[in-house]
Amino acid sequence: MAGLKDATAIVGIGQTAFARRLPEDERTLACRAVLAALDDAGIAPREVDALASYTMEETDEVELAKSLGLGDLTFFSKVGYGGGGSCATVAHLAAAVATGQATVGVAWRSRKRGSGPRPWTNTTVQLPTPAQWTRPFGLLRPADEIAMLARRHMHEYGTTRDHLFNVALACRNRANQNPAAVMYDRPLTREMYMTSRWISEPLCLFDNCLETDGALACVVVSRERARDCRSRPVYVHSAAQGLPAQHHGMVNYWNDDPLTGPAWTAARHLWKHADFTPQDVDVAQIYDAFTALVPLSLEGYGFCDRGEGGAFTEGGALETGGRLPLNTGGGGLSEAYVHGFNLITEGVKQLRGTSTAQVPGAATCLVTAGEGVPTSALLLRN
Amino acid sequence: MLSPAIDADGAPFWRYAARGELRIQACADCGGFRFPPRPCCPRCRSFATEWRAVGGHGRIWSYVVPHPPLLPDYAEQAPYNVIVVELADAPAVRLVGNLVREPGARLDSVAPGGIRIGARVRVVFDGDGLPQWVLERV
Repeated sequence: MAGLKDATAIVGIGQTAFARRLPEDERTLACRAVLAALDDAGIAPREVDALASYTMEETDEVELAKSLGLGDLTFFSKVGYGGGGSCATVAHLAAAVATGQATVGVAWRSRKRGSGPRPWTNTTVQLPTPAQWTRPFGLLRPADEIAMLARRHMHEYGTTRDHLFNVALACRNRANQNPAAVMYDRPLTREMYMTSRWISEPLCLFDNCLETDGALACVVVSRERARDCRSRPVYVHSAAQGLPAQHHGMVNYWNDDPLTGPAWTAARHLWKHADFTPQDVDVAQIYDAFTALVPLSLEGYGFCDRGEGGAFTEGGALETGGRLPLNTGGGGLSEAYVHGFNLITEGVKQLRGTSTAQVPGAATCLVTAGEGVPTSALLLRN
Repeated sequence: MLSPAIDADGAPFWRYAARGELRIQACADCGGFRFPPRPCCPRCRSFATEWRAVGGHGRIWSYVVPHPPLLPDYAEQAPYNVIVVELADAPAVRLVGNLVREPGARLDSVAPGGIRIGARVRVVFDGDGLPQWVLERV
């Protein structure tokens, strides 16, 4: 893994519009995002020889390669566990390129989560068997599963709803600066948050990510090749996946210590191969399907001690100019929920200096994938 | 309501529950409990399995109160509670369930204000062999 450090770079990013409802289907959106990313890089589709995606992606490699006229593929990879796999797509491409298995890799995500069916409402398909221990009792949705951990974190450490509001507000404030964000013109106040309807107590409406249609993609090449690309390269400095011993999916209540989730495992590997520490991170894109994932991730990735993730959010720490500017495009909570892929592209924008909420001089960025499920993370640098 | 989608490893749990017994899978060699059930012991890698009766007493580890949008059967009872119970005689085993007023009662039969982490609970079974939990009277 030491051989991966800065050996590859993200040289192209692309996205479609984000909205509650887009007219085009997922395959079309995927094609548009990939072409946009290749155009951003200045690389022809026929040069692509590697693809990486993650589960719950309905557009497969065969469809994408055929539609876009990609070249012969010599590497393709699909990472498990939905939103936990976002950063791993880039990690897999980086490894493939660094080891000579491929030269131009593309990762993508296309979702119609805004206008499509909700996965948990479909009871006509056989429930997955792990659900026998949770679903009959009415623990039906990811929000219910994560709310259980949030309540325990509040009980053990004094985390409050104001802490979760700090997360929601930071994301919304950044989305208010980002014309592409679904919540661009929709400010959030503490009163709106505190009086909003419950989804699963202790999580309210604004603790939950958006339901979005949209697609994104990015292009990974070697450090050497990156010099010839159209856009400024952003280097993949360190990458990791994390599936802790005795972990059990999103309802990780059967671990000895359910509040130390996959972030802790990914973080150990991520920092071991990095030239800098959490104190040196200029801006962070932390997976925010639910606000409560952020305190858990702040602890796991080492920005604060165990139990201090809630308190860390105080005093504007997550806002521009704060200790750790968070989700500067608006994140899953306020830009778009596209299974975290917009966090990767926003990280690239920050290090190019082109974010709509630019952190002055940002040179290092942490990007994380879904916490609570087997996860992945990237350290990017310019 | 959703019925458990039972797999081979989980089937004994539900067979015992249908008889009103709470039994947890344990390793027949090293004795360690494991939940959810699975083929092999993560401590000693033995495949020898037994189903050990537990006292059915525990404490609430955490809880949530789901509100709609939910599946229709659940929405009709919402807001209800879902609790995680840490078993007294197998602390690493935490079972998801519902706190109810009495066996077979609705999922919303205990007001959310009456639930707290650490409260002592005891297992009961509804008419369909689903474990439920009632507050211990102490």
